[in-house]
Amino acid sequence: MHLVQQILFIILAVTAIYLFSKKVIEMRRNILLGRDEDLNDNKGQRWKNMVLLALGQKKMFKRPTPAILHLFVYAGFIIINVEILEIFLDGALGMHRLFAPMLGGLYAFLIGFFEILAALVLIGCVIFLIRRNITKVKRLTMKELDGWPRNDANLILVTEVILMSLFLIMNTADQALQGQVGAEHYSTTDPFWITAHFKNIFSGLSVPALIAIERVCWWLHIIGVFAFLNYLPYSKHFHILLAFPNAYYSKLMPQGEMKNMPVIQNEVLYMMEPDKAPPTPTEPAEHKNFGAKDVTDLSWKNLLDAYSCTECGRCTSVCPANMTGKKLSPRKIMMDTRDRLEEVGNNINTNKEFKPDGKQLINDYITVEELRACTSCQACVEECPVMIDPLSIIIQLRRSLVMDDSNAPQEWNLMFGNIENNMAPWKFSSDDRDAWVNG
Amino acid sequence: MAEYAANGETPEVLFWVGCAGSFDQRAQKITRAFTQILDKVGIKFAILGKEEMCTGDPARRAGNEFLFQMMAYNNIATLNGYGIKKVVTICPHCFNIFKNEYPALGGNYEVMHHTTFLQQLINDGKVKLKDGGAFKGKKITYHDSCYLGRGNGIYEAPREVLQAFDTELIEMKRCRSNGMCCGAGGAQMFKEEEPGATRINFERAEQALETGATIIAANCPFCTTMLTDGVKNKEKEDSVKVMDIAEMVAMSI
Repeated sequence: MHLVQQILFIILAVTAIYLFSKKVIEMRRNILLGRDEDLNDNKGQRWKNMVLLALGQKKMFKRPTPAILHLFVYAGFIIINVEILEIFLDGALGMHRLFAPMLGGLYAFLIGFFEILAALVLIGCVIFLIRRNITKVKRLTMKELDGWPRNDANLILVTEVILMSLFLIMNTADQALQGQVGAEHYSTTDPFWITAHFKNIFSGLSVPALIAIERVCWWLHIIGVFAFLNYLPYSKHFHILLAFPNAYYSKLMPQGEMKNMPVIQNEVLYMMEPDKAPPTPTEPAEHKNFGAKDVTDLSWKNLLDAYSCTECGRCTSVCPANMTGKKLSPRKIMMDTRDRLEEVGNNINTNKEFKPDGKQLINDYITVEELRACTSCQACVEECPVMIDPLSIIIQLRRSLVMDDSNAPQEWNLMFGNIENNMAPWKFSSDDRDAWVNG
Repeated sequence: MAEYAANGETPEVLFWVGCAGSFDQRAQKITRAFTQILDKVGIKFAILGKEEMCTGDPARRAGNEFLFQMMAYNNIATLNGYGIKKVVTICPHCFNIFKNEYPALGGNYEVMHHTTFLQQLINDGKVKLKDGGAFKGKKITYHDSCYLGRGNGIYEAPREVLQAFDTELIEMKRCRSNGMCCGAGGAQMFKEEEPGATRINFERAEQALETGATIIAANCPFCTTMLTDGVKNKEKEDSVKVMDIAEMVAMSI
């Protein structure tokens, strides 16, 4: 019986890890479809950002209530993984509570600690479910979350509630079994902090029934863990992993600074000073869009951003355009980028290479009206706990609209014309630039 | 600046007036206020005058990188031609371009926004505010512009200037890094807003009016225009004034 369980476990574990790795490698490939960008400078600052922002969740604490609940779930998730290690080894080696005899009194202390964390995760997730579905916190119930995104969020929370419940029921049954005849391989430990108090709820049950409960919970829990692992890459919940690289590779320059476009800088330079142009015209490079029309024109960091987004909507809740009823929502920019990237990825999976599908990020996902509403105020960038930069995508799409498609509102075309001819965005003569002196 | 150069002199600082400060009637008052302070303190400053051009900020943020690069090329050629080292500007958009975006194109200057400049003059004792000046006992709220605040992390210098007045500074709910945009940035100043429920400047002006302040202090000519319109929309323009910090200082020395 033990051997059968052991073999089943190993098959399950290998399959789960294989499928997860396959999907992660595919996501990495998708991210690298983006434009190259070197972000390996200033490693010290980058590590610091990762520790403070991803590990330390510094930005989360701007909003204390969700921050504390999130900390419960996050700390629980990370630390309970230590217990997953034992469960994994037990499963693979056909043992039960492998560490219990080795650690002695410390074991019950650790499990007790994990139980407290599990209870906090449970409470955190239940309150999160209430915030999403009953009190309806605005940023968590906006229209752009209709359908899959809302189900995704609820599914994650319900799964975590179930996993934590299974873990606690399993421990309760274990506590009830300890020391009973017929359950000798359930090693005796000190009482676990929480479940020891609940073991009486199982007092009427026979030893085989208790073993059945304990085993069923153990199996459902670990199956749930493996299933959840494989669900992650398809879900917004993948942020638990990508928050770390995303914080590491985040923008180090002042938020107000826009990235330079050396191609255009040189074009202007050669126009103004033709002697500096390369003597022989170089082979015309393969046409690259100015700015971005589709996800493959964006930088790989923009695409990493898209996969890191957990759709919390802090960005959208502070966006001045969104607050005043415009269509722009920075969160939707990130969700659209991810959806389009997944579509391109699936296209490559099916056709071996990307087969043009007549779609692109602009228009088919993000409308011109959304892009036009941005004031470049950087509130979304400032707000994001995992350092996503929606503004960078907006600006690149705007560049493509204006420079590739000459698509600008009439007022902007007038402004461009004025700057070009009068050196100011308004129609004033540059001769009058110092006329204020006489005012 | 041409005159300084012709006489072989160098000014202490170049005052970059910017397009709003040069042409917009409301913003011209800020320009004059700031130069009054400079004159009073006896700082030798120059302006480029007719040689100054738009930095290219609205073009770049609208997506027209090409036009931005043209403006940048010309401005940097002019400034480097005069050997300019230090620039002060009354516009956070110009400030951001000088500080962050011209260096990559060969324009390296020490640049200050006028609120930081004024704060230093006050701290050094060069500007002394009159006791019980025009703002004594008045309630003031301060609007962080995006490109001075979030863009470049300057939150304290303008507040320090305001605290030098004998006034009560009341913060809006959204201030500092959480400050809300006036609606002008990203080249929005030069076009109609996209369809929505209300205008951004109306929303922001309401937030400012909620504080009960009678003066809304700003550091950007575009914010000043936007917030003034927002105050007018609430028909509060008789009781509440939107003023640039430079205007407030000029009135108190």
